[in-house]
Amino acid sequence: MLHIKCPHCGLRSQNEFSYGGDATVKRPELGKEISDKDWDNFVYNRKSLRGKHWELWQHLSGCRQWIKVQRDTATHEIFKTLKANEEIS
Amino acid sequence: MQKYSVFSLVKNALSNHENWDLAWKDPTPKNEYDVVIIGGGGHGLATAYYLAKEHNITNVAIIEKGWIGGGNVGRNTTIIRSNYMHDDNALFSEFGMDLWRRMSQDLNYNVMFSPRGIINLAHSDAQMNTYARRGNSMRLNGIDAVLLNREEVREIIPMADFSENVRFPIFGGLMQPSAGTARHDAVAWGYARQADDMGVDIIQNCEVIGFDVSAGKINGVRTSRGDIKAKKIGLCVAGSTNILAEKLNMTLPIETHLLQACVSEPVKPVLDKVVTFGAGHFYISQSDKGEMVMGGDLDGYNSYAQRGNLPTLQHVLTEGIAMMPFLSKLKMLRTWGGIMDMSMDGSPIIDKTHIEGLYLNCGWCYGGFKATPASGWTFAHTIAQDRVHELNAGYSLNRFNTGHLLDEKGLGTKTWIS
Repeated sequence: MLHIKCPHCGLRSQNEFSYGGDATVKRPELGKEISDKDWDNFVYNRKSLRGKHWELWQHLSGCRQWIKVQRDTATHEIFKTLKANEEIS
Repeated sequence: MQKYSVFSLVKNALSNHENWDLAWKDPTPKNEYDVVIIGGGGHGLATAYYLAKEHNITNVAIIEKGWIGGGNVGRNTTIIRSNYMHDDNALFSEFGMDLWRRMSQDLNYNVMFSPRGIINLAHSDAQMNTYARRGNSMRLNGIDAVLLNREEVREIIPMADFSENVRFPIFGGLMQPSAGTARHDAVAWGYARQADDMGVDIIQNCEVIGFDVSAGKINGVRTSRGDIKAKKIGLCVAGSTNILAEKLNMTLPIETHLLQACVSEPVKPVLDKVVTFGAGHFYISQSDKGEMVMGGDLDGYNSYAQRGNLPTLQHVLTEGIAMMPFLSKLKMLRTWGGIMDMSMDGSPIIDKTHIEGLYLNCGWCYGGFKATPASGWTFAHTIAQDRVHELNAGYSLNRFNTGHLLDEKGLGTKTWIS
């Protein structure tokens, strides 16, 4: 069982959260010319790192906020959590 | 090579089974090969076998970080089927079914192929309509499919919950009678033994550290047991695809996720079909040892851990008990997890890459085991001829860029979100 520290609610069990994928992927700027390659990278291509991985989770059965979580994909250890609008440092 | 038969069994019994030949050798890597296959799992071993058998390419090495057959081919739920709706998936899988039917004879190794049939249960009228459509599509592609009503399903699997007040009543199901199971380890060992006999070097405990690429062309691979030159290299590393892709500066439409399975304590024969729950993601069959073999959803987050967490297992088994209540009486014997190369449309990739001489085989999601022979056969063709076969033409890498997705389940780009 993962235990995720929601920045709004505190430490909660994995059952309350749903997963949202790689948090470092940025949507291409609206209104700017986007190449097919950039769009492809945004929609489909992922690094899927082994080790420390920043990812999005939603506290679905809690405050319903999206949060950022830094987790090790090999050991499942969780290092840091951030609010959605906080930049990954 | 010593042929396995009843006569060789008797003969070796007389000498207390002390004089059997080694099934495969343990060679030191040579400096150079025509083809290097990375990954000694089912797909890698099958690829090497078909390179030698179908294309006469025998100067081949399989390099494997651990031991052969120690990854997903050693830890799956052994289901073999071709009940797909889309032509690309259906024709590829049905070609594989033919290879499965002949495999024990071809490999002189009993893979215990058991075509016992698979039933996908339907729990609503809408689902029955969808299954009728899928069944018709299958039959148009020459695959056997039978639509069963509630009473017909009840006759085959009376132990399922047919009571009136259940949340997901069984309306019927779609059966592929020729689907089934096989002994997963035997598949890896059978391919390994034949490939070795035809001259393929199976090199275990050999980790890939990097690649030698120059001017857009692959020249070799750097390993923990030295540099190996190769004209062609095939990647068959399933859940480790992204790790090797990073060394090649490639970013792929693949994420690595965790999938669990489990078996109960062994019980007397009760279930002679593979059955899937239609209102969630749960599947079950009974092994020859009597264990109920069960699996379902991914854990749902990126992972290389090869071990799962209990919430998903609990979720999956809740579905199982809803479908077959007697399961609640059984004790769990064993659970395990493996890492899946989840592609963004749920279908695999068998293709060339932008690097000359580098070939890619990945994205098997939930269905890698059943694809073992067809994947090996088409990947061997792709490598040997330097062009894709019509059977794997739909499994291209650039389909994500061009929009020709093979979205069998209609789930969109995040196949692991349920």
